[in-house]
Order: sequence, then C-alpha cells, then structure tokens
Amino acid sequence: MSEETQTGPVLAADGRPLKQSLARSLRNQKLRALALIAPLLIFVLFSFIWPIGVMLFRSVENGEVAETLPNTVAALNDWDSTAGDLPPEAVYQAFTEDMVVAIAAKNHTKIGTRLNYEKTGMSSMFRRSGRTMKKWDPETDGPFKEKLIDVHDGWGDIETWKTIQTHSVKYTNGYFLNAVDMQRTPEGAQAQPEEKRILVKLFGRTMWMSMIIMGSCILLGYPVAYILANLPARKANLLMILVLLPFWTSLLVRTSAWKVMLQQQGVINDVLVWIGLVADDARLIMINNQFGTIVAMTHILLPFMILPMYSVMQTIPETYVRASKSLGATNWTTFWRVYFPQSVPGIGAGSILVFILSIGYYITPEIVGGTKGVFISNRIAYHISSSLNWGLAAALGAILLAAVLILYWAYDKIVGIDNVKLG
Amino acid sequence: MAENVNGDAFVEFARVQKSYDGETLVVKDLNLALPKGEFLTMLGPSGSGKTTCLMMLAGFETATHGDILLDGQSINNIPPHKRGIGMVFQNYALFPHMTVAENLAFPLEVRKIGKSDREAKVKRALDMVQMGDFGGRRPGQLSGGQQQRIALARALVFEPELVLMDEPLGALDKQLREHMQFEITRLAHELGITTVYVTHDQTEALTMSDRVAVFDDGRIQQLAPPDQLYESPQNSFVAQFIGENNTLEGVVKSINGDHCIVTLENGEEIDAKPVNVTQPGERTKVSIRPERVEFNKERLSDDAHTLKAVVKEFIYMGDIFRFRLSVAGNDDFIVKTRNAPDAVKLKPGEQIEIGWLATDCHALDA
Repeated sequence: MSEETQTGPVLAADGRPLKQSLARSLRNQKLRALALIAPLLIFVLFSFIWPIGVMLFRSVENGEVAETLPNTVAALNDWDSTAGDLPPEAVYQAFTEDMVVAIAAKNHTKIGTRLNYEKTGMSSMFRRSGRTMKKWDPETDGPFKEKLIDVHDGWGDIETWKTIQTHSVKYTNGYFLNAVDMQRTPEGAQAQPEEKRILVKLFGRTMWMSMIIMGSCILLGYPVAYILANLPARKANLLMILVLLPFWTSLLVRTSAWKVMLQQQGVINDVLVWIGLVADDARLIMINNQFGTIVAMTHILLPFMILPMYSVMQTIPETYVRASKSLGATNWTTFWRVYFPQSVPGIGAGSILVFILSIGYYITPEIVGGTKGVFISNRIAYHISSSLNWGLAAALGAILLAAVLILYWAYDKIVGIDNVKLG
Repeated sequence: MAENVNGDAFVEFARVQKSYDGETLVVKDLNLALPKGEFLTMLGPSGSGKTTCLMMLAGFETATHGDILLDGQSINNIPPHKRGIGMVFQNYALFPHMTVAENLAFPLEVRKIGKSDREAKVKRALDMVQMGDFGGRRPGQLSGGQQQRIALARALVFEPELVLMDEPLGALDKQLREHMQFEITRLAHELGITTVYVTHDQTEALTMSDRVAVFDDGRIQQLAPPDQLYESPQNSFVAQFIGENNTLEGVVKSINGDHCIVTLENGEEIDAKPVNVTQPGERTKVSIRPERVEFNKERLSDDAHTLKAVVKEFIYMGDIFRFRLSVAGNDDFIVKTRNAPDAVKLKPGEQIEIGWLATDCHALDA
C-alpha cells in the first residue's frame, strides 16, 4: 500500500503504462476483426475504389498533347496567341518533327480525337494531314509553314494553334469547365456558345426530376407503409410481398411494361379513348418525355421509400396513438402531432435513398425518357460509350458524386444522420 | 365508501360482454359500479379480461354487448378523445419528440386553452409530482421513475374526473414501486379523482385500493375492500390468488351455522367456516393463511381439532420465520411466525401438532 500519488500515466500491474497494456490486449481482437473483413475489403478496393479513383483521375488528366507533341508545345511557349499572327516557322518545324514520330507510332489520330472535343474538325484534320505528312522528312523538306497550310487550311488558322497551346497542360480543368458548359480558352475560362450549353440544364433537370420522383414516392409510399405497419402480421406479410414483387422482376421488363402502358397506342390511351375521356386524334403523350420518366421511376423506386418508412413505423408503439387520444386529441391531431413526427426518420431515410438512386439512374430514363426526359447519367453513358470523351464523362461523374456527398452532408446537418433508420 | 352502487354510480359497467373473434368471450357479463372518488383496482392474472375492461372504458375497444356508463350517460358511442378520461399507460407513452413541458401542454393545447393558462397548469402539475425543474428535458433523458411521474402528471393536468391506470408501475424496481404506490394513492385522494387501476400485482392492489375487483376467466370473482378480500375470500380462486395460502382437500362432515367440520383425505378432521358449502357430504377445499396457523396448543380452544405435522424446512427471513410442513399429505404447507423474542424455532424432522381458529379457515368450493 504505497501512499505516493502517481503523477505520470496510470500503470498496469507489471509496471507498463496501462494504455500500452490495453492496446496489447486488444490487438489480437483487432487483427481478427481485420482478417474477417479482409476479403471484402480487398475486393471492394480492387473492384470499386481503385477503378473509380482511376476514372475520376481522368477528369483532370491531360497528357496526350504534351506527350505526343513535346517539341510543338515547347515551341508554342514563345508564341503570343493574342498578337493575331500565325506562329513562326519554328513551331511548324517542331510540329512536323512531332507528327512524323507520332504517325510512325500511329498516335496522331488519338491526339486528333482529343483535340476534336475542344474544336470540331480537328480529328479529320489530323487524319488527313497524317496521310501526306508521313512521307515528309523534317530534316530536309522544310520550311513547313506553307506546305502544312497547303495540306489543310486549318493549319493556317490561329484558332487551331490556340487550341493546341491551351490544351497542352498535363493536368487540366478543361473537362470540368466543359461539364458546366464552359470552355478552357487562352483567355481563361469562358462560357460555351449558346447552342452547346446543355449540361447545366441536364444537371438541373436531373435534380428537380429526382425531387419530383422523391416527392411522389413519399406521397404514394407513406400510406402504404402506414397500412403495412398497422396490419396484423399475416396480412402485412402478404402485402409486403406485393411491395417486394417489383424487386424480383427485371428492371428492363418493368420499364418496358411502362412503355406498353404509356405510349400513344398503349393501354392507358386506349382505355381513355374507349371511355371517351380523350379524343382518338388527341391521344396523350405520356412517354419519351419527363412525365414518362417520372412515372416509371416513381414506380421502380417506390419500394426503396416504403421499406425504410415501414421499418420506422413498425417501431412506433400503438400506445402513443392511444395516449394522444386519451389526452383529447382528434384522429387528425394525433396523426399530425404524435405519429407523423415520429415517422420522419423513415421519410428521411427513404428520401435520401430514393433521391441518390434516382439522380444516378440510367436505364429507365434511357428507355422511356426520350430526349426531354433523360438524366445526366445518360449523358455520362454517351460520353463513355459513344463519343469516348472519358475525361468529360469522368468530370460529370465527379460532379454528380460531389453533389450527392454535399446533399448527404446537408441532410446530416439539418435532420441528423443518426435519425435515419433503415431497419 | 358506497356499498350501494346503482343510484349514484359514477362509472358503471352494465352486463358488458366482449369477444374479439366471435367465438370466445374475453369478458363475460361484467357488472361493476363505482362511486365518485373511489380507487378501484382490477386485479387478475394475464388474460383474465381486466385490461380489456379498462380499454373498453377508455374507448379503445368496443363492448360487444352491454353498456358502459359514465356519470349516468352511456359512452359506448363516444370516441376516446371526447371521453375526457385521463390515462396512464404501462410504458408511460410519453411522446419522445416533445419535451416534458410540451407533453404536459399537449392535452391543454388540444382543448384550446390559452398559453398563459396552459403554462400555469403545466407548472402546477409538474410541481404536484415534484418534477418542477424537468420541464425542458426530453422523456428519453429521464429515469423510469421520473417518466412515471410525468406520465401521471400528464394524465392529471387537464383535470379529468376519471383516471385509468394500466399497470403503471410494472417497469419500476421494487423500492420505487412502493414509493410510487404511495404517491399515486395520495394524489388520487387529494384531488378526489375516481381511479380505475389495473394490475396483476396483488400487493399493489391491497395497499392502494378502496376496493379490489378480482378478475378471472372474464368474470369478477370477488369485489371487496382489501381486508375482506384477504380475510374472507369467497372462492378458492380468490383465496389462492390473493396472498399466500394453504389448501387442503376434503369432504364436509357436518355444518353448524358458521362452523363446520371437514374430513381430510387421510381421515383427520379440522374446523372451518363454511363459505361455499351448504350441506354435509360436499367436497371442499379448505384454505388457511400461513400466519393464522397455530402450533401452540394452549392458544386453541379445548375442543379444537388439530393435525399432525412434520417440519420439513425452516427458512429464516429476518422479520418472520417460515416453516414448510407436511400436513395431511400436503408437503407444501407453509406456516409463518413473527420473529418475536418468544418465537419457537422448529427444526426439520420435528413432529408437532397444528390447529387454528375455525373463523380463520374457509371451506370453499372444491
């Protein structure tokens, strides 16, 4: 029994600091936990986080011009693009040297494709010039300025050289600027011409249509969840199967079914015409527009709204309702003041889920959305698989990801993520 | 306490029946009336119909047959929120998203009582349950006992004349429960409210109530003040259910006014008071409280019958001694004696003779 007061860290029985002993005793536990999740962790790392990281990196990566045309880029450094003159012969000389190397390696079309994103026509310019230029010898055949302009007028256009100069940096904000309808120019970031501005509009449309879809899911899902939560277990299970049924049906089948239902010669229009509500020559247009997308997506995402709501409502004991009535509240007051506030976490969870799922949705808007009802994800898909502008696709994806994270953060601030219950 | 209950009954169940499935009756022909200001407890095992009765009174269940009257008016078709009955629930049912003060203000708000009036009433109700400083807390931040007080205050804040309590103390520990039993009865009597209290805890029923209705099998088995219930049970269910009890089976040998002799299965005879038996030859269960068994022969009358008993076990419980005896083939015959200076400590294996006053032993239905 020592009376001395300890000033240092608390010690364990063997004289080691207690914290150290504790860490040692917990180490095995931690290692075992880590070993258990390791397979999944590795899988997720390689199949999800790594590819996404690489993809997102493409949104700023811009090595093509600098790598393929190193001499040209160096020579363009001395050229003042604002002066209004074509670059000097040195630039054309350097360009020819670079091109001959690139043509031998068949790289000149790639750079043409890359620069075509910024200025249409560049792709064919590079391809056509390539056919002539491969016979040139940069040592002896100069000067090249006139010859190049002969091969294609584009080489006599200041804009061409401006474009090459602007996009010669290794890391660019150009894709992100494009993603918000702007462009990288020698004079800095500038708005795209009017007719090319579609992406911001698409982002906006994606957001507000997702809001509408979320809202209609709340309106349609709340009563269903309420009934589910308040029915006797046996009937509730039966109804639950109906709610889950869509999950067991292919997404494509469901979406195509909506196509059958909504089209102008479709089931709904036929019925409306048959009962005389709509004239035969004035059939409603309910598909290939925003209405079609909203209807089909509300239907598809409804279970994601109902399930969290249901699981929250199930935990609200009936005694609250009874207590409220015994205190003199009418049915409506009881619902609005007592039941509804307690079901809000379920609405919140369902809303986040539906909203996040819907702003990234692709297949359904693609099939039933036409041109007016497509989402930003359809544009991403287009750039990934058709235009092959992966940089822009990556930038759009990154913006979408950031938007989701910001919304999530805002939701956490306002409602509190602790209040969200999924089950 | 009014014994006549028809003219001035405040709450009355008249021939009430309740069935959930249309095949079995949960409540069978319930007749019950209580005057204003009475504290009545419905006591019974689970499934005996007591909670159903309470819910019918509150309006959450409808009677399948019969009338429930409040202050002379039938309330069968009045929805719960118009009945003006205060209710305390088993798990308190305090609204978790409101503060304590908001919980208490809720019944006043829905009654459209002005803000200043409301605040005064809330404060008074909180003070009444000694929770004056807790108005700003949320129910989740309170202990079970504190939540219980708030639930009580909320049921009383709108000054109902009738308050129903559905096993309100079930979730509390023993000490707190005893304290709250006292608080609730004190408040009920101070405020002069009529209380219907449901519990399955007989101690609670005995200590709190003016009268207790013992429920079993959808019927009231006995409706009486606690002392009568304990000392003069009307049938073997009540005798068994209330307090500890020893039962011996036998046949009535003779009846003489309020004294009868019962022959037990092993041929021994004992004295009893006939309750449910009317003539010799009837089978009966005699019931005797453990603390009324006497093994000091000098205290019994000369002609009292006695039984042979073997001590099986002695349990020391501090304030009392508890003996388990084997009597007339029953190995679970319990006797209690007070831990007094002159108390006898019997040892296991000892052979003794026991007896009792005929008035303490009830010959009930078999």
